[in-house]
Amino acid sequence: MSIFVDSSTRLLVQGITGKEGQFHTRQCMAYGTKVVAGVTPGKGGRKMDGVPVFNTVREAVQATGANCSMILVPPPFAADAIMEAADAGIALIVAITEGIPILDLLTVKNYLATTKSRLIGPNCPGIISPGQCKIGIMPGSIHKFGGPVGVVSRSGTLTYEVVHQLTLHGIGQTTCIGIGGDPVPGTSFIDCLTAFAKDSETEGVVLVGEIGGTAEEEACAFITESFSKPVVGFIAGLTAPPGRRMGHAGAIVSGGSGTAAAKIEAMRQSGVHVCENLATLGAFCADIFLENKR
Amino acid sequence: MKIHEYQAKELLKKYAVPVPAGGVAFDVESAAHLAKDLAVFPVAVKAQIHAGGRGKGGGVKLARSAQEVKERVAEILGMTLVTPQTGPAGQLVKKVLIEQGVAVLEELYLGIVVDRASACLVIMASTAGGMDIEEVAAATPEKIVKVPVNPLIGLQDYHCREIAFGLRLPSALIKQFSPLLKGLYQLFVENDCSLLEINPLVITAQGDLLALDAKVDIDSNSLFRHPELHEMRDFDEEDPLEVEAATFNLNYINLDGNIGNMVNGAGLAMATMDIIKGAGAEPANFLDVGGGADAEMVENGFRIILSDPKVKGVLINIFGGILRCDVLAAGVVEAARKIAIHVPVVVRMEGTNVEAGREILAESGLNLVTAVDLQDAAQKIAHIVQG
Repeated sequence: MSIFVDSSTRLLVQGITGKEGQFHTRQCMAYGTKVVAGVTPGKGGRKMDGVPVFNTVREAVQATGANCSMILVPPPFAADAIMEAADAGIALIVAITEGIPILDLLTVKNYLATTKSRLIGPNCPGIISPGQCKIGIMPGSIHKFGGPVGVVSRSGTLTYEVVHQLTLHGIGQTTCIGIGGDPVPGTSFIDCLTAFAKDSETEGVVLVGEIGGTAEEEACAFITESFSKPVVGFIAGLTAPPGRRMGHAGAIVSGGSGTAAAKIEAMRQSGVHVCENLATLGAFCADIFLENKR
Repeated sequence: MKIHEYQAKELLKKYAVPVPAGGVAFDVESAAHLAKDLAVFPVAVKAQIHAGGRGKGGGVKLARSAQEVKERVAEILGMTLVTPQTGPAGQLVKKVLIEQGVAVLEELYLGIVVDRASACLVIMASTAGGMDIEEVAAATPEKIVKVPVNPLIGLQDYHCREIAFGLRLPSALIKQFSPLLKGLYQLFVENDCSLLEINPLVITAQGDLLALDAKVDIDSNSLFRHPELHEMRDFDEEDPLEVEAATFNLNYINLDGNIGNMVNGAGLAMATMDIIKGAGAEPANFLDVGGGADAEMVENGFRIILSDPKVKGVLINIFGGILRCDVLAAGVVEAARKIAIHVPVVVRMEGTNVEAGREILAESGLNLVTAVDLQDAAQKIAHIVQG
């Protein structure tokens, strides 16, 4: 089992004919993802490695039954692309693009609230259900099929590091989601935890946070209230200076809020197993998730 | 992107938000001319740097005569201003704002921020103006009025009323307040601000509202559609190494420690800094070369790290995804051939093409310390620190 995406997901790629679009579409196809369509305005009628390209998302959905879109268009056009996908009825939109203006994101987020679409990202590596489908830019080979843990993270390569260590310790993954490093992500930690709670094959979750905002604290309140599976937590940015944006638009300690220390404390309070040393995270998770194995 | 108070006030004027008469000066002569044009005393002399708390550091002074203007400007221009926000090194003052002095009846706070949790813009206002709003929020939260504005509908009249009545403004001022707030909101949206603060917004002795100070941050991600705002960027206020790194699309922040590091991805870079700390050292920088870095970017990143004299050792930590390990290795070798490496360098690579990358490093003949995993890397850094 998995959450949000599985082997039946029919993927459309917005920005498929660009350099990034072509590269990552091929990587997703090689992993086994069903890529059914691409969209690049003005290039409708062409094909990219056999995938039909359309001018608009609506056309592509009508012709191919795509139900998921991966957004690989540059920041000035990304908000428009996301809203186009939502308006065409795409259920899951995965926005990889980094650098979308924050005011565009506010419009997107408030518009999507009026639709049935879910947005993952932006500024994220995407989502992968190992062995079923990969929608994003993560290296597929480091993942291990079959659970028992789900992974949710605000980072890209930090997630790869975590997943790699899990795999080395024989811990497979049901679904790994990068929710993105922007201040206003489409999908929150809580959305992912809610879905993982309902997924019978997910026996526990690794939650990877970082400085900035209060998403981790909100997730911890949710865990205390209503999440019963074991959670391992890791927070990056203990040494980040206040007032500086650490690469990700959302990674900033401002006015004393959003610190790693406060997030770690919230995790402890809610019974999350906090791993403070990234280098030992795999072994740490093995203790939590494998010890009670039947 | 931060801009100066004088630039923020130019924007305010454009949106019909009242500000004191005045202008920016880069030397004593032009400051004296500006003061002469104002033709009334006192005159405020305000240091223009990208940090708050200027008054506390002696960067804001009143002058009561033409002579005093010259003296105060001469004191402030060229001083290294230390405020709670500049850090102990301070910031060199290269320009001053010369403004008409204002008789103040009351100080208010008015700001617009992006609220991450609600995905709305939030108007914040307080009767406790002139103070640090975060301190007000912590000590007396009841003194703060917050009104969220859904960006899909924008600022409406009722929002303005909620704030105005929340501030208990006298009815005569409410008429002034609504257009002022609407001007600020329009400024925020049309210029892609990420923060706007008027602190204080004052009620003058004449009974008018006036923006006595102004802080405006522009969303850097939006600059592609605001070339005119991009021109407001002041490189004097930024770390030269950070400016240089940015020209190579590298995300670099100079820090106080002595272990340099180069990582792909912001989250992993922060975690790597934490590992350095855990090994008993302090990170000298944050450097994210990004997911799609090429050999040239890696080479420049490496060179920038090594040009920091504080650096006593370097940790390179790459998880190859899009950025392949062989590309990284080639960049490191190329950089090492061009510049003398005078400190130990620990390289930890994992992921795509890791074997090829390790081979390139091994065959280079360079004195690089290879780490097999993060734990190993941390130990090797600890060894350097102790050695």
